[in-house]
This record gives sequence, C-alpha cells and structure tokens, in this order.
Amino acid sequence: MLQVLLLTFSVVTVAHAELCKPDAQNAFKVRLSIKTALGDNAYAWDANEEYLFKAMVAFTMRRYSTKTTTQISNVLLCNVTDRVSFWFVVTDSSKNTTTVPGSEVEAAIRMNRNRINNAFLLSDKTLQFLKISSTLAPPVEPSTPVWLIVFGVVLCLIVAAIVFLVVAGIQQRKKKNKESTERENLEEKGEVTITIENGIPCETLDLKAGHINGVFSADDERFTSL
Amino acid sequence: MEKSRPLWDNPVQFVFACISYAVGLGNVWRFPYLCQMYGGGGFLIPYFIMLIVEGMPLLYMELAVGQRMRQGSIGAWKIISPYLCGVGVASVVVSFFLSMYYNVINAWAFWYLFHSFQDPLPWATCPLNSNRTGYEEECEKTSSTQYFWYRQTLNISPSLEVSGAVQWEQALCLTLAWLVVYLCILRGTESTGKVVYVTASLPYCVLIIYLIRGLTLHGAVNGLIYMFTPKLEQLSNPKTWISAATQIFFSLGLGFGSLIAFASYNEPSNNCERHAIIVSLINSATSIFASIVTFSIYGFKATFNYESCINKVILLLLNAFDLEEGSLTADNLNEMKDYLMATHPQEYAQLLPQLKNCSLEAELDTAVQGTGLAFIVYSEAIKNMEVSQLYSVLYFVMLLMLGIGSMLGNTAAILTPLTDSKVIATRFPKEVISGVVCFINCIIGLIFTMEAGNYWFDIFNDYAATLSLLLIVLVETIAVCYIYGLRRFEKDLHTMIGRKLNWYWKVMWAFASPLLIISLFIFYLTDYILTGTLQYQAWDGTQVKQLFIYLFILIPSRIQPSFLKCPLKAAGIDAYVRAEPSH
Repeated sequence: MLQVLLLTFSVVTVAHAELCKPDAQNAFKVRLSIKTALGDNAYAWDANEEYLFKAMVAFTMRRYSTKTTTQISNVLLCNVTDRVSFWFVVTDSSKNTTTVPGSEVEAAIRMNRNRINNAFLLSDKTLQFLKISSTLAPPVEPSTPVWLIVFGVVLCLIVAAIVFLVVAGIQQRKKKNKESTERENLEEKGEVTITIENGIPCETLDLKAGHINGVFSADDERFTSL
Repeated sequence: MEKSRPLWDNPVQFVFACISYAVGLGNVWRFPYLCQMYGGGGFLIPYFIMLIVEGMPLLYMELAVGQRMRQGSIGAWKIISPYLCGVGVASVVVSFFLSMYYNVINAWAFWYLFHSFQDPLPWATCPLNSNRTGYEEECEKTSSTQYFWYRQTLNISPSLEVSGAVQWEQALCLTLAWLVVYLCILRGTESTGKVVYVTASLPYCVLIIYLIRGLTLHGAVNGLIYMFTPKLEQLSNPKTWISAATQIFFSLGLGFGSLIAFASYNEPSNNCERHAIIVSLINSATSIFASIVTFSIYGFKATFNYESCINKVILLLLNAFDLEEGSLTADNLNEMKDYLMATHPQEYAQLLPQLKNCSLEAELDTAVQGTGLAFIVYSEAIKNMEVSQLYSVLYFVMLLMLGIGSMLGNTAAILTPLTDSKVIATRFPKEVISGVVCFINCIIGLIFTMEAGNYWFDIFNDYAATLSLLLIVLVETIAVCYIYGLRRFEKDLHTMIGRKLNWYWKVMWAFASPLLIISLFIFYLTDYILTGTLQYQAWDGTQVKQLFIYLFILIPSRIQPSFLKCPLKAAGIDAYVRAEPSH
C-alpha cells in the first residue's frame, strides 16, 4: 500500500516536473521586483505568496472561460529564484498530464492583468510575465487640446489691447486735428488773440505812440518760423 | 511747427530698454556652451579682456552717435557723412533679416508655454504606438524631449530640400508672437518704455528662482565643478579669443542700429557714457549668472542620466542572473561585474554588448547650444523636477521676455529710420507703419514654420548677420574716428555730457577696436573659404541621428554697405548740425 502510494507520488512529481520546467511548452516565466515597487514595505516571497499566485492564476482561467474548472492544484510553479522569478504552467483540469495551450493562458492573464497586479500590490512593470506584453494605458486626452485653450485666452487679451490702443490713438488724433482746425478757422476769421505788450495792444503802439527800433527789426521775421 | 521727438520718460527706461535688448537668448544658450568648450572658468579671462577692449568702447560709440544725431541709423550716418547713409541702410536690412527669423523663437517659446499647463508634461513620456504595446519607435530611439521637439513641435523633414507644409500650430504661435511685438511697439517709445520695465526685470526674477532651485538639485554641484574648473591650456587656443570677441560683439547687439535708435530718443544731456558701462557690465554679469544656472541644471541632468544608466545596468544583470534584488548597488557594481564574469563567463559575454559603460564625465561633456539647449536640455531637466508645470511656465515666460526684449530693439532699428523719414512719416501714422512692418515679417516668417523651417532657421542664425555686422561696425568706427573726426566727436560729447572724453575711449576707438574687428573679419572670411561648402545638421527620422549634410549654398545677404551718394539735401543738414552746438 505504502509502496503504491510512493510510486504514484513519484510518478506524479515526475510528470509535474516534466510539465513545468524552464522553456517548457506552454510555460511562462514570471519576474517580480517587490523591493523596487514597495521599498521598505516589501514582503518576503514565501510559500503563502506562491499559494496566492496559484489562486490568482486559477481564478483568471476560470474567469476567462466558464467551461474550465481550474483548481489551484492545476497551476504548477517551478524554479523559484532569489530574484524572485519562476516558471509556471497550467495543467488541464480534466486530464492532469497535458497543459492548457499558451495562447489561452496568455489571453486570460491579459484580460485580468489588473486584478493580478493589485493582489500583489505591484504594477505591470514590477510583475512581469515575460512573454505576455501588456497593453499600455493610453494617456487621458481632453476633447480640446489644452494648449489651444490657453492660446485662445492669450490671443484674445492681446487683440483686445491692440484694438484699444489703436482706437485710443485714432481718437486722440481726431481731437488734435479738431483743435488745430479750430485754431486755423479762428485765424482765418481774423479773431486772433491780441498781442499785448505792457498792457498796451501792439497795434496801437505800432500806429501811434511807438517807434520801431531798427536794431531789433533787423531780420524780417520777428517770430520764429513755424 | 515741427513735432518734437518722442523721448523716454526717464533715463531708467532707456537703460532698461538697452538691457532688455542686449540681454537676450544668446546670454542663456550661447555663453554657457562657450564657457564649457573653451576652458571653463578660464574663459572668463578673454571674455573680460574683450569686454573692455571691444564691448564697452563700441557700445559707447553707438549710443553717443544716436544721442548726438537724434536720428535713426540712416539719418544718423547721413549726418556724419552724406556718403555713408549706405551704412544705415545696411543696418536696417540686417535688422530686417534678424527680425524675420528671430521671432520664430518666441513662437516656439509660446508653444512650449501653452503646453506647460498639462499634467504630466507632454514631453515627459513618449506617446504610444498604434497597437498600444509599446512606445513610438522614433521616440524610443532618442528621448521623449527630443521627440517632442523634433516631431511634435517642428515636425521636421529629413532634409532642406523636402520643404513640407506650413505647420498650422506653429503659424498660429508665430502670428501671436508678432501681435505681441506689435502691441509693444504700437505707440513708439510711449509703449516700449513701459514694456521694457517688465521684459528687463522679469528674466532676473526667474533666473534667481532657478538659481535657488538649481543649486538645491541633486547633482548640481557636479555641473558647477565641471564648469568652473579652469582649463587654462585653452587660453593658448586662438579660437578661445575669437569666440570671446565674437560673443561680446554679438551679445551687445552692435551694428544693428537698435542702440542708435534707442539713444536717439534720449535727452541730449543724458550721460550715455555711464549708461554704456552699466549696460555692458550687466550684460556680461547676466551671461555668467545664466551659465551658473545652466550648469547646475546640466549637473542635475547628467547625474540623473548617469544614475538611470547605472540602474539599467543593475536591472539587466539582476534579470540575467536571477540575483536577489538589492544585491547589486551602484557601489559594488564593478566588483560584482568581475565576479559574474569569472563565475558565468559565457552568459556574461552574451550580455556584454548591452552593458553600457556609464560615465558622469561623458554625460557632462555633451555640450549643447542654441535651441537644443533651451528646448531640449532644459525641458528634460524640468520634467524631472517636482511641480514641473510651475518651473516650466516660469522658464518659458523668461525665454519669452528675453526674446521679446530683443525683438523690441530689432523693430526699433527698422522703424526709427522709417518714422524719421519725412516721406513716409507724414503720409502714414506710426501705427500703420509698425503694422505693415510686423505683417510683412510675419508672412515671410512663415517659411520657418514649414517642416524644413528649422534648417532655414539654423542657416539664417549662423550665416545671415555675422560678416555683415562686422563690416558695418568697422565702417562705423572708421567713420566716426576718421571721417567725422575724433576731435569733433569729442567736442560733441563734451557738449552733451559735460565731461572731457577719457584718453582710454579715444585709444580704443581709433586703434584697438578697428584692429580687433579687422582680425575677426579676416578670420571669418578665411574660415568660410577654407571650409568650402557650408553645412547644416539634419534630423533623420528613420535613422534618428543627426546627419551632417553638405550644402552648397551661397551665403545669403552679405550686404556690402553701399557708399551711396545721398541727395544734396544732406549738405543742408550738415550745416544745421554744425550750427547747433552754438546754442
């Protein structure tokens, strides 16, 4: 009885060893970088964590296809290193000797990658399935690019300032023109401001009491030319 | 009655305008490069010598000419000698060329500024490729910041011949940049005078913030040590002295006519001697200040890249040999490598090509200048800082202020002669003239927004103004000293400032500066002739390394100042000017 048990046990182990070894068919290598991800809060990788891993893979396979009834015992781990890396295979639940095709495992894991990562507090980079490339999350893109909004705001401000300055300049010029035309009109009508010298209007001086001093009227222009 | 010439509200506005014009992007992106290439701290020796021999005298001369003649460049040189208005025209043309391509930098600064309001910064990560399994190939091969610059900003074509289409985003930013410049010059000195308060002082605030931030960054000290260790053997290299002279010359913006234009709006009794010394000293001090900031940023970036490189090597080794995490650190890396090489020789040999030799020196040695420094290196450093959006916004606002400050000077150089000329000024108001100039420049500037635009930019930047300016300033110096007469000029200055001209200025103007400029000119000519074909660097999107493409082009726009015979009216102006000092 004991011998039979021993025999079946060794057969099963050998069979398992055959199924799960590095570069075996349908086997995948997993690499964890726990210290990089968690730093001081890193947990040690032991048999319990391995159990959790097997449970997650079994869960993934069940979620992927309702037909399968994968058990934790169907997931085989081997070659666990200090890095923390190991190989795993998923055996068929109905027949213990064959492995589930790699493509199915890959698709299942890809579908539930997020759940697996979260169970171990890791991310796509720190929990790597070496043959399974992860789909990267696209960056969040708003409907209007942000730069256009800022551009629009600045453009409106600048254009408003330009329009304001130009219009103010035009108004100023119009006012100046009006003033100068008013002055010209006054001069034309002859209503010039009377030049007064010492309280006596100059015209009277010229005509009656004043003498024109030749020295000072040497040049014709008494006033600086405009 | 003749309209009185508009004036600066106070001398401070004038000084700020000159500082704002002289302190430009060259101080930030050219001087640190030169410092690095030509001996670190030792470069300061030729730099200061050239400042004293060349920079200050020529700056003083231009300011004095402008203040004395109270006209823009064309008018001022016409007064000095009627045969020399060609010099003024040459200055205006060179300024026109400069303003055509310089505002594109402001457009790029706007682009980056608008993109800084995103989290994360768009140049922090590579975009994903089409099936979302990895990053874009082009981005993977270089880096996300380079990809953002070459692909998403410029969308650069592989060579100059492939012009490509006008990039509408860049065209919009260029239009905005020209609108901003128009807003600042709209009312002449009235508006410019207020704007320069901001454009002159804001960059210093930002530089101080960056200095504090930069010095507290991890690894900044490496950069500073690297920069300031003087390599005095470089002093024997003639290129060092030539670069120092060139840098002083172009950094102060001599020969463009902007300084003459600014000084023409001064009160005649303004002490331009003191202002010349102040402006040149501040310009040089800013260069050194900016290079301290730049080198602390370099140090940070180099240290960051070096540590990333080491980490990559460690990860590679850990994965290949399934070692425990944490067993390989930066300190024991070399011993572990030897150990692994001894214990697993075959696997190690297989791995060897991928193991890069990380070296901090190599990272620091990557000297960059120009747009590469401003837009790639700095943005790479910024993306690794905390609160990167804030630093990004500050940095690009600073670039904008520097660029707009310089643009104000350039446009003043073009507009002052136009508004001085009676023919144009009486027919059109100032706003219309400024508007037309800005509009024409904007339309031509659209060339630089095409896919090959950056190549055109490089060509213009390297070749458009160099020889012409040297010739212009040489003729200016000879004109003032020998044609107008140094004694006459001395008398004019004495009238203006009230002090006798120091013998130092006279010696510099008459002998030292012209000799220096002639030697620079000869050097550049021989350099062009010996190099033969001119070349530019192209970005090959497929191979993603910069290819040197030899390009047969003629040097664009080497303007010979034409010794035009200006109309005889100039003789009348001459008499008027001679009569003036007797007031």
